Amino acid sequence: MKLKRISSQSMERTLPKCPTGIAGFDEITLGGLPRGRPSLICGGAGCGKTLFGIEFLARGAQDFGEPGVCISFEETSDDLAQNAISLGFDLKALERANRLFIDYIHIDKSEIAETGEYDLEGLFIRIGSAIDSIGAKRVLLDTPEALFGGLNDEGVLRSELRRLFRWLKDKGVTAVITGEKGEGTLTRHGIEEYVSDCVVLLDHRLQSGVVTRRMRVLKYRGSMHGTNEYPFLIGQKGISVLPVTSLGLNHKISDERISSGIPGLDEMLEGQGYYRGSSILVSGTAGTGKSSMSAHLVNAACARGEACLYFSFEESPDQILRNMRSIGIDLARWIKKGLLHIHSTRPTAYGLELHLVEMHNLLEQHKPKVVVVDPLSSLMSGAGENPGDLTNMVLRVIDRLKQLGTTAFFTSLTSGGHAAEATELNISSLVDTWLLLRDLESDGERNRVLYVLKSRGMAHSNQLREFLMTKNGVELREAYLGPAGLLTGSARVAQEARERDNELMLKRESEDRRLALNRKLRAAEAQILALEAEREAAQLELKTAAIENENRRTSALTQRADMARSRKVNSSPKAPRPQIPEAGV
Amino acid sequence: MMAIKKDGMARPEYDLRLYVAGQTPRSVQAFANLTKICEEHLAGRYRIEVIDLLVHPQLAKGDQILAIPTLVRTLPEPIRKIIGDLSNKERVLVGLDVRSTE
Repeated sequence: MKLKRISSQSMERTLPKCPTGIAGFDEITLGGLPRGRPSLICGGAGCGKTLFGIEFLARGAQDFGEPGVCISFEETSDDLAQNAISLGFDLKALERANRLFIDYIHIDKSEIAETGEYDLEGLFIRIGSAIDSIGAKRVLLDTPEALFGGLNDEGVLRSELRRLFRWLKDKGVTAVITGEKGEGTLTRHGIEEYVSDCVVLLDHRLQSGVVTRRMRVLKYRGSMHGTNEYPFLIGQKGISVLPVTSLGLNHKISDERISSGIPGLDEMLEGQGYYRGSSILVSGTAGTGKSSMSAHLVNAACARGEACLYFSFEESPDQILRNMRSIGIDLARWIKKGLLHIHSTRPTAYGLELHLVEMHNLLEQHKPKVVVVDPLSSLMSGAGENPGDLTNMVLRVIDRLKQLGTTAFFTSLTSGGHAAEATELNISSLVDTWLLLRDLESDGERNRVLYVLKSRGMAHSNQLREFLMTKNGVELREAYLGPAGLLTGSARVAQEARERDNELMLKRESEDRRLALNRKLRAAEAQILALEAEREAAQLELKTAAIENENRRTSALTQRADMARSRKVNSSPKAPRPQIPEAGV
Repeated sequence: MMAIKKDGMARPEYDLRLYVAGQTPRSVQAFANLTKICEEHLAGRYRIEVIDLLVHPQLAKGDQILAIPTLVRTLPEPIRKIIGDLSNKERVLVGLDVRSTE
C-alpha cells in the first residue's frame, strides 16, 4: 500500500496530467491527457474527434477552471456551438464569460497565390493572442491538416506543424489536435502522431449490423495507460468511455442480508437470503422459472420500500406483469408506487455498448437497490461473433453495481443438453451466488429442482430442492432421496402417500396394543376387587363367630348361677345339666 | 503600424496590405519586392499598408492571415491573397491581377 502510494506520487511528479472530464477516459489514461503537452486524437470521418476536443475544452472551462481556445479549421464557431448544444455544452455562454475562445481559420485556395518563401507565423500569432486573451490552459486544434488543402508547399507545412507542436509545448498549454486517419498511417501526413505525446485512436465500425464506437490509447509517453480497445458512446451528456467504472477491485461490501422473496430459498442460504450488493446468477433451461425467481426478489425488495430496476430483454412490461400475476405476484402496484421500473428492449435494438450505457443512465436516474437483468444470455446476439465482449460488458455491469452497492440478479438461459454447470457467458466466476434450476425427467414427467451451486461467504445448503410454481408463487419442497435416487413430482407425491400410510398403520397398531393392555389391566383390577370382597366377608364371619362364642360362654355362666340360686343349695354332688341345650352340638 | 502611402490619399486603384511579423529578412525582402513591382507597374495607382502582427496580433483574424508574409489586395474587389516573399514578379502580377503595362 505504502509502496503503491509512493510510486503513484512519483509518477505524478514526473508527469502531471490534465483531467479531460470525459466520463471513463480519465480512468483508462489514469488521470487524463499529459498536461502541457500536445495529444493527437485521430480517426476516420464521423468518429467523434471534434466532439472529443470540444468536450475537453468545455469541461475544462466549466469544471476545472481552465479556459480554452478552439482553433477550428473546418467548422465555423456558430456550427461548433450548435453541435455542442446537443451534448449539453453552451459554448456561446462560455465565450461570453471569457472562458472559451473560438477562432475559425478559413483558407480558400482559390484566393491565395504563392510566390516565394513563407512561414505560418501568422497562425502562431493568432493562436498566441487567443491564448493570451483569456489565459487559456487548453487548446484544441481541430484538424490542422486542413492547411495542406489550402497551401501548396508541403515541406513548409510539415516543418511548420512540427514547430507548432513544439511551440504549444513551450507555451505550456495542454493541446488536443485532431487528425483524419490516412491510409496505413494514423494521420494523412504522418506528422502529428510522432510529435504528440499521447495518441488516441477513435474508430467506429459495423458489427453484425450494429455500429459500435471504440477508442484506444495508442501511445502515451511516460505513463501507463489502459491499452485495450474501449467502447465509447456519444450521448446526451457528451462522450462516455466504458468502463465507466474504475479498473480496480475495491468496492465496499455489505454484511446485510436480504430475502430472496422465497422462504424456502432463504432457508437454503443460512436462513437469511442473499448478501446485499452481491451479484446472483440463476441459470437454467427454458421454462425453469428464472423470471419467477426474479419477480420474487423484486417483490420482496419493493415490499421493503426499495427501488428496483428490471431489465427485460424478452418480455414487455405488460407481459411480465400478467405472467407474474398468474403465480400470485402483483408487481403492478410497485410500478404505480414508483418503486419498480421495468425497462424492456430487444437485445438487437442496438449494440452492447449502448445497452451498457443505457443501463448506466437508468441506474443514475433511478438509483435502485436491486437490479434484475432477464435474461443476460439474450444479449449474446448483440455481441455478434465476439462473445468475449459480453463477458466484458457483464463484468462492467457487475463492477458498477458493486460500486453502487446494488444487488444484481441475472438470469441466464442454458440450452438443454449442455452440461448445466457451464454458462455460455463464462461469467459464473464473476458472480457471488449461483443458483441452478434443472429439469429432472423421470416417470414420464418433468420436474424442476433448484440447488445452490455456490454462494460466496455463507454456509449454504447443498440440498436439491424441488421447485414448485403455485398460485401463491414459488415454493421449495424438500426433495425426497430414496433408495432409487431423487424423487420429484408424482414419484415424490407417491412416496409421501406411502409414508403417510405407513405412519397411519403404525399408529393404528400401537393404538390396538394400548387398548389390549388396558383391557388386561382392567381385568386384573376386577380380579383384585373380587378377592378383596372375599377377604372382607371372611373377616366379618370370623369376627361374628368370636362374638357368638363369647356370648355363649357368658350365658352358660349366668344360667348356672341362676340355677344354683333357684335350688337354694350349694352345689349338689349331682350337678344338674343346663337346660338350654347347646345349639348344634 | 508603419503605413506607407504613395501618390494620392484619395481612393487608390490598388489598395494593398502587407502582413508581416517583425522585421524579419523575409518581410523586408517582401516589402522591397512589392514596392519595386508596384513602382514598375502600378505607379501612382496604389497604396501599401504594412501591418506588423507582432504589434497588432488581433488584426490577423480579419483577413484570415496564417502565412507570413501575406499580401492582401483589398481593392479592387475581389480580395486576393499572395503569400511568400513575392520574389517571383510574374506570379505577383498574376496574383494581383495586374495586366502588364501595354
